[in-house]
Amino acid sequence: MEIYILLGFVLLLSIFLGLELISKVPSTLHTPLMSGANAISGIALVGALMLSSAGQMQDILAFGAILFASINVFGGYLVTNRMLSMFKKK
Amino acid sequence: MENIANIQVIQNIVYIISSVMFILGIKMLGKEATAVKGNYLSALAMFSAVGITCLSLEIDIKIILAGILLGGLIGSLIAIKVKMTAIPEMVALFNGFGGLATFLIAWSQFNEPGNSIYQHVLIMLTIYIGGITFSGSLIAYGKLSEKLKLGKGSTITNIFISFFYLSMPALIYVVAEPSLSGLIPQVPSYFSIFLVLTLVAGIGFVMPIGGGDMPVVISLLNSLSGIAAAFAGLLLLNNVLIVAGSLVGASGLILTIIMAKAMNRTITNILFVGYASSSQTGSSEEQGEVKPITSDDAYLILENASSVLVVPGYGMAVAQAQHVVREMGELLEENGTEVKYGIHPVAGRMPGHMNVLLAEANVSYDLLAEPEDVNPSMDTIDVAIVIGANDVVNPSATEEEGSPIYGMPIIEVHNAKTVFVLKRSMSSGFAGVQNPLFFRENTRMLFGDAKESIGQIVAEFKD
Repeated sequence: MEIYILLGFVLLLSIFLGLELISKVPSTLHTPLMSGANAISGIALVGALMLSSAGQMQDILAFGAILFASINVFGGYLVTNRMLSMFKKK
Repeated sequence: MENIANIQVIQNIVYIISSVMFILGIKMLGKEATAVKGNYLSALAMFSAVGITCLSLEIDIKIILAGILLGGLIGSLIAIKVKMTAIPEMVALFNGFGGLATFLIAWSQFNEPGNSIYQHVLIMLTIYIGGITFSGSLIAYGKLSEKLKLGKGSTITNIFISFFYLSMPALIYVVAEPSLSGLIPQVPSYFSIFLVLTLVAGIGFVMPIGGGDMPVVISLLNSLSGIAAAFAGLLLLNNVLIVAGSLVGASGLILTIIMAKAMNRTITNILFVGYASSSQTGSSEEQGEVKPITSDDAYLILENASSVLVVPGYGMAVAQAQHVVREMGELLEENGTEVKYGIHPVAGRMPGHMNVLLAEANVSYDLLAEPEDVNPSMDTIDVAIVIGANDVVNPSATEEEGSPIYGMPIIEVHNAKTVFVLKRSMSSGFAGVQNPLFFRENTRMLFGDAKESIGQIVAEFKD
């Protein structure tokens, strides 16, 4: 139980930190921020790698989680980078 | 034994470092000067967190390699190939995959023996949020790519909506049931029903929401995918998942709020009510005649203008007109005209949609201005060119109290000396509200495909 309270505390603090960090974003960066944040949500890949392997069903679930999280991570970072490279002052 | 403990200590230290890098990365992503570096830093954080997790693996390495390589390949291909006009649906798609990953993680955890009551609650919550994010994002993808045309009001949509409302008591039941009965069910029959219900609920959640409200929905789904990852982190007792997931949740939430404010509507109104039920036609009788114009005349007026404001909307994205728009802007500048672009936060189908398109066409971003920057000096603008935008320039929002969009901040082009409206036809905008701008004394309608119309003006300038 204590561990959940502790981690729940981490969760709340991180949300507040995030709200403070991003509260003033120029509208030019709305899309890159969204797509960059989207790439970060691919952190589920770490969770997928922590899954255990016991039987075929679990292997299939783990493979699916790793596959889809990887698409999210690679695609998200690459497209954010592509987008940001277009924003230039002339 | 000692070895394993050591590995865990090292992993946790690296997780903390990764979390800090994620925090700095997302902070830098919010500023123009540091955005590129911020994205690299966040990618480095991802790489370290994933790499260090690989020190202790239970799953067969072949499964892992296959998953990462295949996923990496698919993701990279989509990211490299995608056209900038298709970015909204692609973000929705990636977002859905992130949600699906957390959904599968929670499902796998459910199959493990010996879950505590806390774990059971977290599993159910993660499945619910992850599942809704997944199927909701797929529907958003379908709507944005215009493959899915079902909207509010159709019977199929209503059935899905009913399942969405049904899913909420179902969630409460699966969360509370074991604590009430004191039994953690291994594989109860309701579990598979719950899995399916969650996915169907996500469809019902997004399906009734219309195209123009998509900026809000995408931001919200973005936020949910982060929250799902953070809950998976609680479930797996992993702090980097919690921190990174929460950051995504927060950034998505901020964008959601910015978008809702830009429409002067509450989030609940956008998600659960929509425009249709709030619309009561105001004074649509005093419309009068529209004044059409040809691109020749438009060219003559533009040639003599000393300041021009371009206001793009979704129509510019549809017509793929961003490149000719940039060309016209450059020619105007060569002609001594001051050119600015007025960008409304909700123009288009996702936050910042117009900015991305104009950036792709090489428009310098210091020419892009927000409504509050251009509105005060609007009466000094000679020509305002509205390209495929409608609701965001509708004067009813400031003048007509009964209008459904009354109070929404708009770009007040009607105060400019002359307004050109480029439009395909006289159909009304997403909100279904008649736009009195078209009938104003100072408004000229340039009917036709935006890309062609502007192309003709560009050709005239070159002659």
